[in-house]
Amino acid sequence: MPRPRTTWPRTGQTPLDDRRHPRARRRRRPSGALLGVVPFFAYTTVFLVIPTLVVVVGAFTSGAGVTLGNVEALTQPAVLAALQHSVVLSAVTAAGGAVIGAVLAYAVSTGRGGGVMTRFVTSLCGVLAQFGGVALAFAFLASFGATGFLTTWLARIGVDTGPGLWLYEWDKGLMLVYLYFQVPLMLIVFLPAVEGLRPQWREATETLGGSTWVYWRRVAAPILLPSFVGAMLLLFTNAFSAYATAAALVSQGSPLLPLAIGNTLTSEVILGQENVGKAMALAMVVVVAIVMGLYAVLDRRASKWLTP
Amino acid sequence: MSSLPLRRASAIAIACAAAAALAACSPPAEDSGGGETTSGTGTNAASATSAQDFGGMDKLVQAAKKEGQLNVIALPPDWANYGAIIKGFRDTYGIAVNSDQPDASSADEITTAQRLKGQSKAPDVFDLGASVAAANTAMFAAYKVATFDEIPAALKDPNGTWVNDYGGYMSIGYDADKVPALTSVEDLLGPEYKGKVALNGDPTKAGAAFAGVQMVSVSQGGTVEDISKGVDFFAKLKDAGNFLPVDPTPATIESGQTPVVIDWDYLNVAQGVKLRGNITWETFVPGNAAVGGYYVQAINKDAPHPAAARLWQEYLFSDAGQNLWLEGGARPVRLDAMTEAGTANGAAAAKLPKVSGTPVIPTEEQNAKAKDYLAKNWANAVG
Repeated sequence: MPRPRTTWPRTGQTPLDDRRHPRARRRRRPSGALLGVVPFFAYTTVFLVIPTLVVVVGAFTSGAGVTLGNVEALTQPAVLAALQHSVVLSAVTAAGGAVIGAVLAYAVSTGRGGGVMTRFVTSLCGVLAQFGGVALAFAFLASFGATGFLTTWLARIGVDTGPGLWLYEWDKGLMLVYLYFQVPLMLIVFLPAVEGLRPQWREATETLGGSTWVYWRRVAAPILLPSFVGAMLLLFTNAFSAYATAAALVSQGSPLLPLAIGNTLTSEVILGQENVGKAMALAMVVVVAIVMGLYAVLDRRASKWLTP
Repeated sequence: MSSLPLRRASAIAIACAAAAALAACSPPAEDSGGGETTSGTGTNAASATSAQDFGGMDKLVQAAKKEGQLNVIALPPDWANYGAIIKGFRDTYGIAVNSDQPDASSADEITTAQRLKGQSKAPDVFDLGASVAAANTAMFAAYKVATFDEIPAALKDPNGTWVNDYGGYMSIGYDADKVPALTSVEDLLGPEYKGKVALNGDPTKAGAAFAGVQMVSVSQGGTVEDISKGVDFFAKLKDAGNFLPVDPTPATIESGQTPVVIDWDYLNVAQGVKLRGNITWETFVPGNAAVGGYYVQAINKDAPHPAAARLWQEYLFSDAGQNLWLEGGARPVRLDAMTEAGTANGAAAAKLPKVSGTPVIPTEEQNAKAKDYLAKNWANAVG
């Protein structure tokens, strides 16, 4: 995806300011532009900055004062396992979703532009990408659960699929369910990049004697790589932070970090764990920060590669 | 997720000796709200610790009728017969009952009381899981009902700050049309129960499930304190492919998704009554593994209707109130005394699931040890 260059808007500077501080003119932010971003900053303060502060402060405090106990609690085997499961689940569904979604996006892009099929697939994916949560979990239960219609239908024709317990396992059923919203999301965010590939580039490669492999290896892949990695990052965080789908399907053992956090907040058995939950949330923030850092490095490399 | 398992957190539970100690150290919350009603003798209703402080039961009824309203919270009408109990109270005294958030959890009751403190909509009375109650005793007003002496000493605070109201034993409910009749906990490992055995919630989260693991532990030769044998049994159940990690609800039971459910006997019994005609839902309390648990009744210290709150307690612990719980399949706290006096509803008592052996009611200390083990080992056993 092309990144717009940051430009300073030239509107909104008052002549009075210019006259008084001619030298400061370049450094001053135009007040009109500032006004425009106020809603954005207000929004991020309420929904990002304050919650993050609550998490960070809570992670290092307890009723008695400042403590490292909450962070130390993260080394418990159950928490470490939940973190590992979350990362594996997110990484696998991000990679799987990215590959399948990218292939589908390419297939769609080769179709007739504006054709019925293309429009149908993109609108379908627009719906499916948002079709997570309890509704999706229910759809799978209604199909594959012990009393699901597919299970009963197969049983009627003599195929016993068993009780369908795989559906409730984080590394089986949950992966499949997550892919169900990861693939369409990949298609939507990756399609513009694939559509940006111009047929002329391929023709130029062929004119110069390049094979299909050379075209993909030397031309298309470098162009698509930044958007591909960026989309995969989006898929990773999408899966990493998903809660409702997992909560609706998995009710035992809290195998994922978001479920473990939910457990610390709602448990009626083990009380006083709220700040351990905040420490877990902090761990999630750290994981996402690491992933974003990796992306920044990759992106810089890819950009360097692209610029002559 | 079902409201039921969340709402009913453990009857059992927590120790929270530490939490209770913390609460005791914190500065006393100021006495706002409530306290306006005075009895005939001029006593402040909010500080009355018995009907005598009002000048007798008639005066208490008078004061409560003057308030005219009672706020209750987290009382599902199909839970232990609360629907009939609320109606009974309203019809007897002509006092309106405002039932807020019937499906809320015990923890929600406390946070709602704190949030609405000093307002007329704040809850007057609580019905809590033992763990949540033990952690919040500073929010309760001490009150002794007329029948206080008939409540076993182990099931009440000596000053009446909290009193156990009703309870039951851990049981296994099953669909008799889908699985063979149960005779022991070990039966659950058999191939007939493949993918069919559900626990009412995650035991690190829901009190009923926690008690379920304790019950299985006792049945396997463990105790309610050392629950390693219970956790091991669930690991075996999982390995056999019999453990069904689905949160059971009335809907999953009715649709047949959860043919075997480990839960409180009064919930399983009530389920059976509700499904009669569709499903034969049987309730089985395993022999020599009767693990009991009671809920806790308490008055909000800042109750906006202090006299009505006290009258509600008198009603709940009267013969009429106790029998209504009994008819709902729960075991009221005065059941033994009432059976002796011949005032208990015999027909309802006869329908309670049979219990053999000496029932165990875990103490807070025992629960604390069990929870510690569970927090470390449960995810591993069933994950």
